[in-house]
Formats: sequence, structure tokens, C-alpha cells
Amino acid sequence: MKKKNLWWVCIVPLYLFTLLFVLGPMIYMVAVSFATNNGDGYGFHWIFTLDNYRKMLDPVYLQCFRQSFQLAISTTLLVVLIGYPYGYFMAKLSARGKKIMMFLIMVPFWTSSLIRLYGWIIILQVKGVLNTVLKALGLIEKPLKILYSYPAVLIGMVYALLPFMILAVYSSVEKMDWGLVEAARDLGASPRKAFLTVTLKLTLPGLLSGVILTFVPSMGLFFIADILGGNKIVLVGSLIQDQLTRGSNWPFAAALAVILTIMTSLMIFLYRKITHVKDLEGIF
Amino acid sequence: MKKKKFQFSKFYLALVTLITYLPIVIVVIFSFNDSKLPVSWKGFTWKWYEELLHDAALKEALVNSLILGAASCAAAAVIGTLGAIGMARVHYKSKGMMEYLSTIPIMVPEIILGMVFMAFFSLLNLPFGMVTLVIAHTAFCIPYVFMMVKSRLVGIDKSLEEAARDLGASPARTFLDITLPLIMPAVVSGCLLSFAMSFDDVVISIFVNGPRISTLSIKVYTQLKTGVTPEINALCTIILVVVIAVMLLTCFVKSRTSKRYK
Repeated sequence: MKKKNLWWVCIVPLYLFTLLFVLGPMIYMVAVSFATNNGDGYGFHWIFTLDNYRKMLDPVYLQCFRQSFQLAISTTLLVVLIGYPYGYFMAKLSARGKKIMMFLIMVPFWTSSLIRLYGWIIILQVKGVLNTVLKALGLIEKPLKILYSYPAVLIGMVYALLPFMILAVYSSVEKMDWGLVEAARDLGASPRKAFLTVTLKLTLPGLLSGVILTFVPSMGLFFIADILGGNKIVLVGSLIQDQLTRGSNWPFAAALAVILTIMTSLMIFLYRKITHVKDLEGIF
Repeated sequence: MKKKKFQFSKFYLALVTLITYLPIVIVVIFSFNDSKLPVSWKGFTWKWYEELLHDAALKEALVNSLILGAASCAAAAVIGTLGAIGMARVHYKSKGMMEYLSTIPIMVPEIILGMVFMAFFSLLNLPFGMVTLVIAHTAFCIPYVFMMVKSRLVGIDKSLEEAARDLGASPARTFLDITLPLIMPAVVSGCLLSFAMSFDDVVISIFVNGPRISTLSIKVYTQLKTGVTPEINALCTIILVVVIAVMLLTCFVKSRTSKRYK
């Protein structure tokens, strides 16, 4: 009965690659985070220390973490608010409409996200398109200074990450059994109630994966804050980059990265756990 | 009442889509602007397109990006597809752990992947350049292919494979004639997504590219920090036109073939 299973040959390349180029580097990063930095710039010694972690308790760095989280959370919230209805409405279109919308979503995907950021710079700058239009309409007298501010960064982040949410929500609404919503309606649920108890619950996996796909990258997208925010908003991402290049303090950068990794993994883990529990409640 | 609601959904879709296209349209418009600064309209010109033809550095960056995208997407397609197939058929205890590990590259923020690779490659003494770029990009492309193929494999009707086996096909034959064609759409879309991600990536590339090699994204990034030349607008307009043309073509071919099957 028990035949030799030869399919394991297939997973050998994945195993090798993952161990060598994913797990290996990650372990190395953790090791470096406990090493001692050379005072004079380059390199580090393999002397165990917790200084790199202690250093993070400095208010300057704590502030940086807080800012990153704030930005990631507000980005995710906005992306959910804009992306969920979009994905939902899109899934309700005719087959032809879906095809067209899919096409329209995929085109920006294929154009450089940096160039699209540049488009935003042109729009948002003081003498830019937005101010010119608003002025011509007589809505403002003084030009708005949006570029190099928090709102500009938020616009850039939401803009860059929205498609992931849309696609995630769309695919789960598409797969949904509308019969269940109809059943809820037939049994007397109001449209709102039917949406909250049936549709939202059924599309939660999509919404969830959209949240993960938005939240996690937004912790690391330092270049958007860099380009649209001037140097006003320092995120953990920019701090890590700065420590690696200009500061050349690798152990500290590694420690920051370890903490950031733990935080994002924890959020993913918690979120999954929480919704999993909710899911079970919905079934029973 | 119902009709009104329907209209709102269309209005919403149109509005949000319009806003997403706004920056792209602006870039296209300004690629024809006869001024170095993207502030006001100074008249129509082709000159940035002409200058583009003579810009060797930009062309080289574009070629680098294309090679990098193709190489890492091909490597990821092979490793990811085989991995997903193997995982579906092999059962052992630490499988969940392994699956988690192999998707790490898209589960942690990009910057961490970038710095981790930079540190690791300098530990291994690998010369920074195309090789390190391909390895790093392959790492974050594999999860896309892997997850797409995996979810496709779950959706496949098992009885098709069983039927082939019952009719006397060998496991290898069954795989080639039944399974592979069924998962092919997932492989292709995984590849396309990987290519797009690789072509667009700047965060990871910046850490592992080394001093001599530059991709298009890195080029744009440095220009965004120092000052953008309108040639970049022109190049992006061309890429946009090519992308739209290719996508329309695939749509057309798809609808033609599906009609033939009917």
C-alpha cells in the first residue's frame, strides 16, 4: 500500500532557496543585532551586547516607531474605507464591466510606482496642478502647501497600496454565495443587517488579507515618506536606511529590523487569531 | 430606489479610478511639455523623446530592469511552481512551518528584506551586482508564484487526475497532461505579478545593487531626490503605451481562443 512518494523532489529547490536565502539572512540579522558596533564608523565586533535594543528606548526612536505605526494604521484604515466599497461594487458589475475594471486596475500596476509618485508631486506642489485649478475656481486665495507634509505622505501611501486591497476584496466578494444574502433578506433581515452579518463575515478573509497586504508594506515604504514628506516624517524604515548607509551602525539597524519584524509578525498573528475566533462564533 | 443605488456604485468606481489615473495622465501630459520644470505648460514638443534615444545610461538601466525581471521571474516560476506542487502531495510534520518560511519575503516590510540581503551578501562576499539583484528579487517573487499555484491546486477537481490514472496514464503523464495545463493560468499570472513587482521594486534593489549597476526604478528614485528630467516622463509614457498594447492584445487573443473552444 505504502508507495514511495517521489514528489518531495519538487520541494527541494524551494527548501534550499528558502533556507539559504531567507532563513539564513534572517538568522544573521538577529545575530548582528546583538553585536557591538565599532565606534569609528565601519564594521562591528562579535561581542554580545544588548545596547542596540536599549538604544531604542531613547524618546527620539520611540517617537519614530509611534509615527510609523500611526501612519501605517491611518493608511490601512483609509485603504479599507476606499478599497472595500470599490472591490464590492466591482464584483457586482456585469462580466464585461468586471473585465474592463480589472484592466483599468492592472495598468497602473505595471507603471512605475515612483513615476506615479512624481505625478503626485506635480499635482500637489505649491505651483502645481491642484492649486492652479482651485485658484481658477476661486476656492482658495493662497496656494495650499500639501506637498512635504503629512497629508501628502498619506495620499502617497494610500495611493500605492489601494490596488492590493481592491483585488483582495474583489476576489472574496466574487466567490461569495449570494444565495446566503438572499436567504438572510428573505428571513427578514434589513439590507444593512444582511450586509453586516452575512456579506461582511463572508468577505472577511479577503478584507483581512487586504489589511495585511496594506499594513505590512506600509511599515517599510520609506521612500514615499522621503519623497512626498520631505524630511519631516522619519519612519522606522528611513531610520534603518539611515543607520545602514550614513550612520553605518549595522547592529543598531539590525536591532531595529528585528523589532519591526517581530511587531509586524505579531500583528499578522494576532489578527489571524482574532478573526479565526470570530469565524468560529459565526458558525456555531 | 434600486436603480439609484446601482448608479452610485458606478459613480464611485469611476471617481476612484479617475483619481488613480490622474498622476499617470499628468506625467504623460508633461512628457510633451516644452519646459524642464513641471510647473506650467510651455507648449508641445517631442524633444524629450528625441533626447531619450541618445540617453545611454537610461537605456542601460531599462535593459537591466528587463533582464532582472525576466531572470528572477523565471527562477521564481520554476522554484515556486515545483514547490507548490510538491507541498500539495507530500505530507510531513513541519510542512506548515516551511510554508510560512517560504512566504516570509512578502510578509515582512521590504526594507527589512533589503537590509538583511545586504548584510548577508557582504558576509558571503558575493560581489554586488546583477547576481545579488537576481537572488534578492527571486526571493520575493517566489511567494507570489507559490501562493497563486497553491490556491489553484486546491481548486482543481481531483477526479480529473484520478480519471487519467484509471485510464492507465503514468503519474508523470497525468501530471504533464492534466495537472500542468490546469495550473498553467496560475503560473502565468504569478509570473506576470512577479515581473511587475521586480520591475517596480526600488527598496530592495537599492540595498543590493552595488555601485555599478542601476535599474530603471533606482534611476527614477535618484532623480526624484535630485531633480527629474522630462526624459523619464517620456520613457514612462512609452512603457505605458507598450503595457496597454500588450494587455489589450492578450485580452483580444484570450477572447478569440475562448470563442474557438465554444
